[in-house]
Amino acid sequence: MIVEVGHFALALALALSLVQSVMPIWAARSGDAALRQVATPAALGAFACVLFAFAALTYAHATSDFSVQNVVENSHTTKPFIYKLSGVWGNHEGSMLLWILILTLFGAMVAVARESVPPVLRANTLAVQGFITFVFVLFVITTSNPFTRAVPAPVEGNDLNPLLQDFGLAVHPPLLYVGYVGFSITFAFAIAALIDGKIDAVWARAVRPWTLTAWSFLTLGIAMGSYWAYYELGWGGWWFWDPVENASLMPWIAGTALLHSTVVMEKRDALKVWTVLLAILTFSLSLLGTFIVRSGVLTSVHSFATDPTRGIFILAILILFIGGSLTLFAWRAPMLRQGGLFAPISREGALVMNNLFLVAACATVLVGTLYPLLLEMLTAEKISVGPPFFNYTFVPLAIPLLLIVPFGQTLAWKRGDALAASQRLFAALGLALAVGLATLAWTWGGPAMAPVGVGLGAYLIVGSVLEIVSRARGFGSSRTRAPGLIWRRAIGLPRSAWGTAIAHAGVGVVVLGIAAQGWATEGLATLKPGQTLATGPYVATLDRVAPRPGPNYEEVAAFLTIRDKAGDEIGQVDTGKRFYPSRKMTVTESGLLTRGVSQVYASLGEISPDGSIGLRLYYKPLVLLIWLGAVVMALGGGLSLTDRRMRVGAPARAKLKPVPPHAVPAE
Amino acid sequence: MSAARTLRGLLLAGLVLGAGAAQAVQPDEVLKDPAMEHRAREISSGLRCLVCQNQSIDDSDAPLAKDLRLIVRERLKAGDSNQGVEDYVVNRYGEFVLLRPVLALHTVLLWLTPLLAVLLGGFGIWRLSRRAAPAPERGLSASEQADVAALLRRE
Repeated sequence: MIVEVGHFALALALALSLVQSVMPIWAARSGDAALRQVATPAALGAFACVLFAFAALTYAHATSDFSVQNVVENSHTTKPFIYKLSGVWGNHEGSMLLWILILTLFGAMVAVARESVPPVLRANTLAVQGFITFVFVLFVITTSNPFTRAVPAPVEGNDLNPLLQDFGLAVHPPLLYVGYVGFSITFAFAIAALIDGKIDAVWARAVRPWTLTAWSFLTLGIAMGSYWAYYELGWGGWWFWDPVENASLMPWIAGTALLHSTVVMEKRDALKVWTVLLAILTFSLSLLGTFIVRSGVLTSVHSFATDPTRGIFILAILILFIGGSLTLFAWRAPMLRQGGLFAPISREGALVMNNLFLVAACATVLVGTLYPLLLEMLTAEKISVGPPFFNYTFVPLAIPLLLIVPFGQTLAWKRGDALAASQRLFAALGLALAVGLATLAWTWGGPAMAPVGVGLGAYLIVGSVLEIVSRARGFGSSRTRAPGLIWRRAIGLPRSAWGTAIAHAGVGVVVLGIAAQGWATEGLATLKPGQTLATGPYVATLDRVAPRPGPNYEEVAAFLTIRDKAGDEIGQVDTGKRFYPSRKMTVTESGLLTRGVSQVYASLGEISPDGSIGLRLYYKPLVLLIWLGAVVMALGGGLSLTDRRMRVGAPARAKLKPVPPHAVPAE
Repeated sequence: MSAARTLRGLLLAGLVLGAGAAQAVQPDEVLKDPAMEHRAREISSGLRCLVCQNQSIDDSDAPLAKDLRLIVRERLKAGDSNQGVEDYVVNRYGEFVLLRPVLALHTVLLWLTPLLAVLLGGFGIWRLSRRAAPAPERGLSASEQADVAALLRRE
C-alpha cells in the first residue's frame, strides 16, 4: 500500500513541478505578482511529495518487500541493514529518485531564501528549476519507475552487487549528487537571467553561495569515490581516468572555473556573459555525468544495467537542456550589457587565466572521453584513450594553473604590480625551491617528477599562509610587524579570505599526496604461513590463512603482521576474498594499515590448495593527503559560505572586540 | 585451527578459485631480471584488457589479460624493444589495445585539444582585453532634445 502511495506522491510531484514551472512565467507576462508567489508553495509541495516517495521506497527496501521489483533486483534478506538502506540508491531507479529528491530540496531552499534573492529573479529561477524537476520526474515515472510491482512476488531477492556493499555507497552518491544537482540552481539562475535579460553583481552575489555549496559537496563526493575505488577495487590506484570518473571531474573543473568567474563578476562587473555560459556548461556536464553512466554508450566499471528506450529518453533530455540552453544563450546573451574591462596583470586577469587553463583541462577531458566514441561512429576505427593520454595532457595544463594560484591572490584588483607580487611571493618561491631540492637530494635516483610535485605543493601551502599574513599585516600607514596585532587582524579577516586560503592550501596538500606516490613501492610473492614479503620500509609476515564467514558471504582471509626493517611490530593487517553466493561473485577486500598519513596496502591474490597465497603489498607514502587535501578544500568552501557577505539581508552581528582599523583591499 | 575448519577453508578456497578469481600479475609470471620485469610492467600498464570494462592488463584479473602479460614477457625475453613488443601486440589485436592512442591523422585532433583550447582561449582573451573602453557619454543630439521637449510638453 505504502508503495502505491509513494508512486502517487511522485505523480503529484510531477503536477506540482509543472505548476512551479509555468506560473511564474505566466505571471511575468501578465504582471500578476500574486500568481508569481505560487512558485514558492509549489516548490515546497514538490519537495514534500518527492521526500514521501523516497521514504516509501526506503521503507520497501528496509522491510525487504519483495513484491517491489526494485527491491527484488537489489536486495536480499541476509544483506546487512545498512546496505538495505544505502541499496535504495545503489541502482538506476533509486539513484534517479535520490537525484530528484536533492533537486526538489534545492528548489525548496531557493523558495524559502527570501531575503537574499530579488523576487523576480527568484520566481524565474524557481520556474526553471520546476521545469528540470518536471522532466526528470517524467523520466523516472515513464522509463525508470522504482515502484513497479513484481508479480508474482519471489521469496528471495537477487542481492546488491557485492562491490556496492560497502560504506562508500552510503556516502559517495549522496555527496556527488548534491554537487551535481547543486549546479542545477546556478543553471536555473543563469537561464532566469537570460529570460529576464538582466544580469548584474546582485545576480553574482545570489548565485555564489549555491555554487560554493555545490562545489564543496562535489569535491567531497569525488574524493570519497576515489578513496572507495582505492580500497575496494584492490589495485591500489586512486584515479583511473575511467569515463565515469571523468564524468564527475568535468563538472568539478567547470564548477571551479565558475566559482572564480563569479568572483570577478561580483567585484568588477566583468565576465558576465562568460559566467552565464559557464553556469550553463557546468550543469550540462553534470547532466552528461549523470547519464553517461546510464546510457551504456561508454564502457566503464560503473555501468548500470541499460535499456534502449531509456537511452532515447536520456538523449532527448540532453538535447533539450544542453541544446536548448545554449540556443537561448546564443539568442539572448548579446542583449546582456557587457561589463567592465580588465588589465592583464591584476587579480581579475589572474582569474581569467585560471578560467583559461581550467576550461582547457575540461575540454581535454571531455574530448578524451568522447573521442573514441565519435571516431568509431564516423570511421569505424576503434581506439582507446586511457590513463597515459590524460597524464600526458592534463598535467601540463595543471602545472601553470597551480603556479598562478598564489600570484593571483597577491595581485590587487584592477591594476596589479607583477614585480611587487613576486617580491611578496619571494618567501614562498624560495621555500618551495628549497623543499623541492632537499627532497631531490634526499631521494636521489628516485623518480624525477616527484620532487617537483613536492615543491609545487609546498609553494601552494606557503603561498596561502603568506596571503593571510600579508593581509593581516596591512598596507600603507597601518602596516605592522607586531605579531600580536597581526594575529588579531588575521582572526578579524573575512571568513571568505580564510576560506580561499584554506581551499588553496588544500590543493597544495592534494598535490603533495599525488607527488609522493612517485615513491610508492610494490611487492608481490607467493607466501606460505610464516614466510615474509618486504616492500618499502616494511616487512609483512603471513601468520595464517583462515575462513571468516560473514552475514551474506563466505570469506577466506590472510592475516599478516607488519614489521619495520628493525623487526619491531607495527601492526596487524588482514585481507580477504569474499564470495557472495547470491550473485556468485568474488571480491577482494584489501587490508589497510595506516601510519600517520601513509598506508601499507595488502591485497590477497590466488589461494592455492596447498595453503599458499598470492599476496600484493604496497607501501603508499603520504597517500591519505590526496583525500585529506580534498576535505581541506571543501572545508575552505564551507567556511567561505559562512561569510557575512553571503547572508545578505541577515542583520550584521556586532563584533565583541573591535579589531583595530586597517586598510584591507577589497577582496 | 581445527582440522575441520582447515578443510572447510580449503574447500572454500577451491570455490573461490572456481569462481574465476585470479589477480593481476601473479608471482609466477614475474621475470627473473628486475629491469626486464620493470619494462614488462610499464608496457602492460599501457595495454588494454580487451574483455574488461576499462582496465589495463596489468590491473586485470581476466585470463585473457594474463595471456597477454605472458606474451609481453615472452617478447621481451626474445629481445624485443618496448616499441617492438607494442607493435607485436597491436598487430595481433589492433590499435584498440593501446591505452595511449598513437599520434596519427585520425587522432591529431585528440592530441591537439589541450593546445588548441589554450590558444583559442588565449586569443579570445587577447581580443577582449584590447576591446576599446565603452564610448564616453555624449550629450543629447538636437533631435533627441526636441523629442524630450515634446514629451515634457505633453505632461
